[in-house]
Amino acid sequence: MKKLLVSPSPHIHGKENTRNLMRDVIIALLPAVAVSIYYFGFSAIKLVLVGVISCMLVEFLIQKFLLKGKCTICDYSAALTGVLLALNLPPNSPWWLMVIGAIVAIGVAKMTFGGLGQNLFNPALVGRVFLLVSFPVLMTDWTAPASFFGASLDAASGATPLALVKEAVAAGTPVSEIFAQNPSLSYSQLLFARVGSAGEVSAIALLLGFVYLLVRRVIKPHITLSIWATVFVFSGILWLCNPDQFTDPIFNLLTGGMLLGSIFMATDYVTSPMSEKGMIIFGVGIGVITILIREFGAYPEGISFAILIMNATVPLINMYVKPKRFAKEAK
Amino acid sequence: MKTFSLGGVHPADNKISCDAAIENFPIPETAYISMSQHLGAPAEPIVAVGDKVKVGQLIANASGFISAPVHSSVSGTVKAIDTIKDLAGNPCKAVVITVEGDEWVDTIDRSDAIVKEIKLDSKEIIAKIQECGVVGLGGATFPTNVKLSPPPGKKAEFLIINAAECEPYLTSDYRVLVEMPEQVLIGASIMMKALNVTQGFIGIEENKPKAIEILNKYASAYPQIKVVVLKKKYPQGGEKQLIDAVVGRRVPSKGLPIDTGAVVQNVGTALAVYEAVQKNKPLFEGILTVTGQCSNVQKNYKHRVGTPISKIIEVTGGIPENAAKVISGGPMMGKAMANLDAPTLKGSSSVLYLTEDQTKRKEESNCIRCGKCVSACPMGLEPYLLNKLSKVARWDDAEAHFIYDCIECGCCQFTCPAYIPLLDSIRFGKAKVMGIMRSRPKK
Repeated sequence: MKKLLVSPSPHIHGKENTRNLMRDVIIALLPAVAVSIYYFGFSAIKLVLVGVISCMLVEFLIQKFLLKGKCTICDYSAALTGVLLALNLPPNSPWWLMVIGAIVAIGVAKMTFGGLGQNLFNPALVGRVFLLVSFPVLMTDWTAPASFFGASLDAASGATPLALVKEAVAAGTPVSEIFAQNPSLSYSQLLFARVGSAGEVSAIALLLGFVYLLVRRVIKPHITLSIWATVFVFSGILWLCNPDQFTDPIFNLLTGGMLLGSIFMATDYVTSPMSEKGMIIFGVGIGVITILIREFGAYPEGISFAILIMNATVPLINMYVKPKRFAKEAK
Repeated sequence: MKTFSLGGVHPADNKISCDAAIENFPIPETAYISMSQHLGAPAEPIVAVGDKVKVGQLIANASGFISAPVHSSVSGTVKAIDTIKDLAGNPCKAVVITVEGDEWVDTIDRSDAIVKEIKLDSKEIIAKIQECGVVGLGGATFPTNVKLSPPPGKKAEFLIINAAECEPYLTSDYRVLVEMPEQVLIGASIMMKALNVTQGFIGIEENKPKAIEILNKYASAYPQIKVVVLKKKYPQGGEKQLIDAVVGRRVPSKGLPIDTGAVVQNVGTALAVYEAVQKNKPLFEGILTVTGQCSNVQKNYKHRVGTPISKIIEVTGGIPENAAKVISGGPMMGKAMANLDAPTLKGSSSVLYLTEDQTKRKEESNCIRCGKCVSACPMGLEPYLLNKLSKVARWDDAEAHFIYDCIECGCCQFTCPAYIPLLDSIRFGKAKVMGIMRSRPKK
């Protein structure tokens, strides 16, 4: 007689799986990758390829020889970390910098905790921050390499907008004067092309990715929007208090790793809270810490640190912030 | 459009058999009539081997308050009173009858005439429903008369007929609505009279436009009954979710629907109530869908309770080649059959075939903490956490996270991108925690 399966309900499953979700995030990053290739040409292609390959390789080797577990590189999560890390580096970074980043991101930040789903901190960000403190010169060398396509950034001068403003403010120049002297700080420049890491060049490309993630229901908007709202309000208050020392809120939203971080890094499933309320608390925390670092700290940009700090609070948030319950206790 | 407040998922509809009119399934040569067709204590047989029985004759008495009598669905000779195996392979008592002809008891009104006038009063209706062995046909098979008798201190305010049929594939309620809308409406009126309420609702999902149209047409003659169209979303037909969707009240934790003033009855139950009260016909037939993409046929059958499932499979051309699982009920909450020789019950709603592709569990991977199970849970629980707590037997913590609220709808497991069988462990944990809770001395 024919053998039949017997198992408890439910007997069907939805279409979503880990692999498709990770693939969707990579697809959402493609516009940013494309813009990066347009401006930086071969360097960008090299960076992304080295990132993806080295991350997958590190995970493969650790699974095979250290953990002796199931091979998990086919779930695209290591590839995603590779793309994200590549987009977080200056476009002319040498290949070995990327490989060191991959070893730290996958080897230390992910596999040490037990692999996918177990890590406390976002692997790509740990990799980036490790490189930033270990190779501060290389990691802030924004000289744009020559592109295949002849496209170049107007202000390939070697300073990101945030760094530019930070230095000038420290030297005592009022903010309005800095903006007048630097046409590269206009909103149109900030939206389409500006100096920064490989993935931050175009705000529009990143926003496109955000829309894709929302439409495909890969992420909920809560974390990203609460970061934006917090940054807008907090930096807006500072700006209103002293427009000579502080930059305006729109500038803060469009510069640095704000979009890449708030759309793609803070929303990482593994290292963000489960409930919607928790997501909002998490987002507000990131927004506040980012502006504190930007305006009062030593670094021009702080969203990487802000996300990592808030990553550490996620277990606490998950423990104390509970989803809305359907049923109330009977009286 | 109305819907329930929290969570839910959107499985594909797959109502492939929706256009198949209800046909009578042939009477089997031997009927195996189970004594455990309802929630509660099994019925006590009152016939002996060798007795002649007619269709509709009482063959077993209810054996307690929460229990229901059982009637013969065939005419013939009692061959044995035996222990048989149910769908899951568990033993249960059954009356086995060798079928001879099709002779009905003469008290049953077998005419097609629709009887509209309700002559009985509230008490008589409830007694009649009990006598006829009517149980809830939405899945739980809870004795209907008990549900229609609110406990002291509780007062019913309205009746909701559950026509959501939110489970994919199933079309038996839909066919009843399309083919016998008046009987359902009269059945609802009877239950409203029994409950002494003046307000009734029929909650139906938007994906059944034809049934909605027909219901609206006939419901105009029943001004106390309102048809409420609901969004297509699973589990719209969950009792708690339906009450929330239709009237915006939530059943409290550990509470009953009656705490919100609601009594919910399924479409099939309304039809059974109509037949019991107006036609004097006990519950011994049911509507059952035979379906699945790989199924040889798409049918809606009226079957005699006690027909072996294997007989239905045989008549419809055997187990389809690609079928890997046979399910009684829907794909979200139904039961996989381990014993195909088990007989149909009052509450049987389908023989559903799924292919290996559709139903075989995929290898589970690490939880990625995406929170999709939390968003999908219609009870607002944290399935990922309950799964972990159950696995390490932390029952106190599981209780503190309301594991007892779980309605076992399967949304969490359906949606989990890591293919973690969340409900397996949560179901186990829930049973464990509820056992602990019951064993505590009452205050």
